[in-house]
Amino acid sequence: MTYISFLSDYGGRFVDGMLVTALQFLCSLALATVLALVFGLMLLSSNAAVKGAAVVYVEFFRGTSLLVQLFWLFFVLPLFGITLEPFFTGFLAVGLNIGAYGAQLVQGAIKSVPRGQWEAAYALSMSPAKRMRRIIIPQALVIMLPAWGNLVIELLKSTALVALIAVPDLMFEAKQLNSSTYLSTWTFGTALVIYYIFARFLVTPTMRSLEHVMARRMGRS
Amino acid sequence: MHWDWQFTAEILPRLLWATLNTLMAAGLGYAIAAVLGLVFAIAQRTPFRPLTVTVRELVEFLRSTPLVLQIFFVYYVGPEYGVSLSPWVAGMIAIGLHYAAYLSEVYRGGIESVPKGQWEACTAINLTTAQTYRRIILPQALPLSVAGMGNYLISIFKDTPMLSVIGVAELMQAATAIGGQNYRYLEPYTIVGVVFLVISLFSAASIRGFEAWIRRKLGMY
Repeated sequence: MTYISFLSDYGGRFVDGMLVTALQFLCSLALATVLALVFGLMLLSSNAAVKGAAVVYVEFFRGTSLLVQLFWLFFVLPLFGITLEPFFTGFLAVGLNIGAYGAQLVQGAIKSVPRGQWEAAYALSMSPAKRMRRIIIPQALVIMLPAWGNLVIELLKSTALVALIAVPDLMFEAKQLNSSTYLSTWTFGTALVIYYIFARFLVTPTMRSLEHVMARRMGRS
Repeated sequence: MHWDWQFTAEILPRLLWATLNTLMAAGLGYAIAAVLGLVFAIAQRTPFRPLTVTVRELVEFLRSTPLVLQIFFVYYVGPEYGVSLSPWVAGMIAIGLHYAAYLSEVYRGGIESVPKGQWEACTAINLTTAQTYRRIILPQALPLSVAGMGNYLISIFKDTPMLSVIGVAELMQAATAIGGQNYRYLEPYTIVGVVFLVISLFSAASIRGFEAWIRRKLGMY
């Protein structure tokens, strides 16, 4: 068997897996972004209870391993009568986990917006919400985008773990193909290359151009 | 579903024993990564273009593909070429390589922050490249790097559950085995979560202390 005939026989499986991985990636990215923003702002709150809740969230999801969180959601929650679809459990776990890392990035970025910007917004008697939305967050975005790019790659890599709860993503398809064909180098190798192309030629350039666009809009390019 | 304390007491010794394996896996993986990472960092600074480009691309590849897939790859590909690796060996190679890619970036930062004059002085007094690195550059670069390496130790620790996919007898694998035997997943997976949380919070605090101490010693702030 040549690699070409291997691809023509099983290429469809890889494509199916890729689509599921792409969906997992987009869903968990959306969830992680929202959580990061909400908990990042909560970390900055002066209300002890609000801040405490955010600290607990961040420390809990950063402190325990993603695989542990995934298995806990998948195997333990049903015991309490909450049964979630594997697909949903998958991006829920990845989103919650990466969101905790993201929350810290958001907090750090907002804190590093120069003090004068806060004061100027205050002097113009902007409401706190408006100040955040119009002045602080756009500048924080520019500061955090490079680190956020790395986090998005981490997120893409994390989605591979959902294969372990039988979500038929790229990793899962590769595993299945390996146990039916025993062609380990080709199956796992192909999957590795697809992940690499996804990260290097899709995610990274997108994040780079986003950085450029944001920097230009802030008049900093 | 209620929490069964008697069952907890029964399985706790086995899980704590497996925790030792987890810690050992993290320690060994980190040791491999620390050495290999330095090799990757220095290889990228040689004047031999093909080598620098290859290593650069390898580091990018290792960093942007999922660790769990790399573990499968190393474990299953060996036998195709007549090399059977035990789960432990395959797992340590995979984790070591993956984190070597991350650590090489930290070393690179350390080496790059050694002032240019130091290199010039070495050339001026006719030191060989090996001498330059060993006697002049690395003694200045390594302490700078160490201040940024601690987080990766915790990351490796949190990634060790992935080794369970090829059957390394670490904490996650023990918990899954116990869960399967007794049809009770609540206690084993929850204990795993608690063990991870306790160890990561504790080590995060001690690493922060250690890094602050190093920075103070080096007069970094």
